[in-house]
Amino acid sequence: MNSDLIVFLVLSLVAISSALGMLFSRNAVYSALFLVLNFITVAVFYLLLGAPFIAMSQITVYAGAIMVLFLFVIMLLGAENLAPGNSLPWQKPLAGLLSTILAVEAIYILFSRARSDAVITAPDASLNTMESLREMAMTLFSDYLLPFEVTSILLLVAMVGAIILTRREKGGQS
Amino acid sequence: MVPVDYYIALSAILFVLGTLGVLTRRNPLIIFMSIELMLNAANLAFVAFSSVYQTFNGQIFVFFVIAVAAAEVAVGLALIVEIFKSRRNINIDELNSLKG
Amino acid sequence: MHLSETVQTGFYFLAPWLVLAPVVGLLINAIFGRYFSEKVVGTVASAASGTAFIVSALLAYSVSASHGGVVSVPFAEWIHIGNLKLDWTFRVDSLSTTMMLVVSGVGTLIHIYAIGYMHEDVRFKHEEGRFTRFFIFLNLFIAAMMILVSGDSYLMLFVGWEGVGLASFLLIGFWFEMDTLARPSWANSNAAKKAFITNRVGDFGFLIAGFLMFWYLGSFQFDEVFAAAPAIAESAPWVIVAITLFMLIGVAGKSAQIPLYIWLPDAMAGPTPVSALIHAATMVTAGVYLVTRSAPLYSLVPEAQYIVAMVGAGTALFAATIAVGQYDIKKVLAYSTISQLGFMVAAVGMGAYVAGMFHLITHAFFKALLFLSAGSVILGLERGHHAHEHHAHHDEKPKGKKKKEEEHGHGGHDDDHGEVFDPGDMRNMGGIRKTMPVTFWLYMIGTLALAGIFPFAGFWSKDEILLDAKLHYPSVYWQLSIAAFFTAFYMGRQIWMVFFGEARTDAAKHAEESPKVMTVPLMVLAVLSVVGGALNLPFKGFHQLGHWLEYTLGHLEFPPFDLGVAGISTVLALLAILISWLLYGRNPLKGNQPDPLKKPLGFVFTGMENKWFVDEGYDVLILTPFRKISQFLADVIDWRFWHDFVHDTVIAGTYTWVSSIALDRYADQRGIDAFANWLGTATQWVSDNVRKIQNGFVRSYALSVLLGVVLILGYLILK
Repeated sequence: MNSDLIVFLVLSLVAISSALGMLFSRNAVYSALFLVLNFITVAVFYLLLGAPFIAMSQITVYAGAIMVLFLFVIMLLGAENLAPGNSLPWQKPLAGLLSTILAVEAIYILFSRARSDAVITAPDASLNTMESLREMAMTLFSDYLLPFEVTSILLLVAMVGAIILTRREKGGQS
Repeated sequence: MVPVDYYIALSAILFVLGTLGVLTRRNPLIIFMSIELMLNAANLAFVAFSSVYQTFNGQIFVFFVIAVAAAEVAVGLALIVEIFKSRRNINIDELNSLKG
Repeated sequence: MHLSETVQTGFYFLAPWLVLAPVVGLLINAIFGRYFSEKVVGTVASAASGTAFIVSALLAYSVSASHGGVVSVPFAEWIHIGNLKLDWTFRVDSLSTTMMLVVSGVGTLIHIYAIGYMHEDVRFKHEEGRFTRFFIFLNLFIAAMMILVSGDSYLMLFVGWEGVGLASFLLIGFWFEMDTLARPSWANSNAAKKAFITNRVGDFGFLIAGFLMFWYLGSFQFDEVFAAAPAIAESAPWVIVAITLFMLIGVAGKSAQIPLYIWLPDAMAGPTPVSALIHAATMVTAGVYLVTRSAPLYSLVPEAQYIVAMVGAGTALFAATIAVGQYDIKKVLAYSTISQLGFMVAAVGMGAYVAGMFHLITHAFFKALLFLSAGSVILGLERGHHAHEHHAHHDEKPKGKKKKEEEHGHGGHDDDHGEVFDPGDMRNMGGIRKTMPVTFWLYMIGTLALAGIFPFAGFWSKDEILLDAKLHYPSVYWQLSIAAFFTAFYMGRQIWMVFFGEARTDAAKHAEESPKVMTVPLMVLAVLSVVGGALNLPFKGFHQLGHWLEYTLGHLEFPPFDLGVAGISTVLALLAILISWLLYGRNPLKGNQPDPLKKPLGFVFTGMENKWFVDEGYDVLILTPFRKISQFLADVIDWRFWHDFVHDTVIAGTYTWVSSIALDRYADQRGIDAFANWLGTATQWVSDNVRKIQNGFVRSYALSVLLGVVLILGYLILK
């Protein structure tokens, strides 16, 4: 058992715990905070996997921007707690059962086709350099130029859409 | 020296937890958060494979996913706000008009 | 083509107009008749018939100019199958032109007469719209008759034969919804049916003759048949015998010979011009024409000739005896016609074709004259009846007049006593000589011609037949002589009863003379009846008709005039007239006095009165068994056996059983029905339950998606 594996297992525990925490918190604000924790854990995984740019994006965009937005909306709508009650009593057990089956299936697939030779070592120092970032940028702006531009348009559309949706009509009828 | 399978397994577990959240919670905001969790699980798998194969493709995909997720959240939250404004409630069980 | 050329080459190209002219006439009247006045309709029809007469005359001139050349004028292709070629071809020779002249000449005169006759007839019967229809039928008859006499083959002859049968049927049944006294009844249409069906029997014989002819002689065309006949007569004489005898059945049907004559007296139900034209002058002589035309065939088989002669002679005598006992003026003439047709058939049967044709022509003149005069008498009485009736109403009960006319509207012709007045019954006449002098004299001429009094036409033609009979068939001669005696007797009886003595009814007293449009054609016919004998005077060098027909029939023998025969027949005729005067003229009949012959003759006269019960005999011998067989077939075989048993019980029953038990109860109700119902119920049940899945909750839908994912993954794993 090496140090990498220990770090991974500990972080995994934190990630799963925070996910469960999000899942079972009564208060939506707690859920959001658990999720932030989860995102940060995942960002650490990204660093371990040698993807520092993605890790930074994760923290700034997800944990920062998106979750702030969530919290803002939760508080704005006062939706921390919903009235108790459940109109679909069988939904929960059925969902649990199916999710379990799904997990079992996934794990089964994973280990039935396990590749013991494919291991992830700790990232080299060379990987975490500006050279590697530059290389990634080159790939992004050459091979993936079109998807990149489309993504920018998507963001623009989403922005316009959000504005249109929440805007109050002038003249007052809504 | 972590086998890639461990990462994938973690990804699967997180994904299933996200699924569970989507299916069981009644608060649309938490459902939304669960979806984000599922996206993260997928991202984790991407990055893991990217690392194994020593290419940037996986990381670039994750980059796009994050961008799309941001857009999605922006629109989704705008919708939730709109629903709340029109119904004064966001309980998902009361939004059951999606049927013939 | 210049006229001079035409005169040289002949007018043969005009032959189709024999048929086309009356067809055009009938089409004009059929299409535009409703816009025409009666006069225009009658003129068009008469002109059509007259055109046919002019064409006939031109054709006769051409034949004469070419010294009897036989010319075939092809007109239309009809049936072409392989080597079989049956065309519509006109045959112009001396025989056919003779018939054409008689048909169209007498026909035209009768057309003109009918303008006047029908004008009143349709008014007495309150059906003025039928005037046009009458002339359409009349033109149809002329066209069909022309096809008959001008055909180049037995087949075309048969087409015309059937065509005139149709025209006859239509015209006998012209007043189809009433009887001869205009009472509502089916008597007239029954008479038409009787004529048609009886003729069918004859036509059946003709058809068989035609089939035999085609089978053994290989053709219908006259010349080809006659050319092939002698060889067949050598090898298989029975073929010719069969053909000629089957043809005789056709002749018996159309020319009203024993045993098929029964339709002709009933045919008097038609309007009088029809009786004159079709049932006296032309159509009924078609049989005589047929035998004459087939002379080359009959000449080959003397046995058949003898049978024809005997049938003719027997008919002549038999019908003459019936005519003695009749009271209806037209019935007397009808039996007289049958009798005279018997003379003709006997003549052509004996091979005396010229005599037969001669008598055909003169008979056409004087019998048409007699019938038309009789029509004039009947109408005169009708006029007198109406005038007297209206007079009486005006005088005695003017208020009742309206009611009376209403009854008239329903076809009733009741007189004041509530009994039907019959203007055709000779017992209702008497003394008409004074009120209808023109008709009287015309009738007298016709009577003398028919009775065979010198020098009228009938004398010459009848004597020629008697002469031939005496030379060849003595038995025929005696029969015909007796028939001639009866002829003179019944005509004398008729004259005394109708025109002499005192009027026995008010109608006869008030009878009125007919208009000129009716009497002028009669005068023409009367002149022809007087001088018609000149056509074929039995003296050397005078046999014009004989020589004319020789063109067609080949060389003929002309027996010299025999004073003995002529003397005997004249004496017999005068004797008969004398006896009739003694019985009917000296002491004219009074009101309801029975016929003076009744007492001395007893049951014989009863037989004559009742047509020797021939109709009743047919009824017992043929119609009753026929009806019984039909009834048996219809009731027992068809209805009870086929319908009730086979169809209803066996077929329908089996079907019902199979369908109700096997198919309906098991296959359908428990199989198909049950399955269909189950399918419906199942669908309902499934949809009832599946409906719950669509509950509108997004979470549930997401769950479904997850279920799908799980299942697909499971499938992939287990694969």
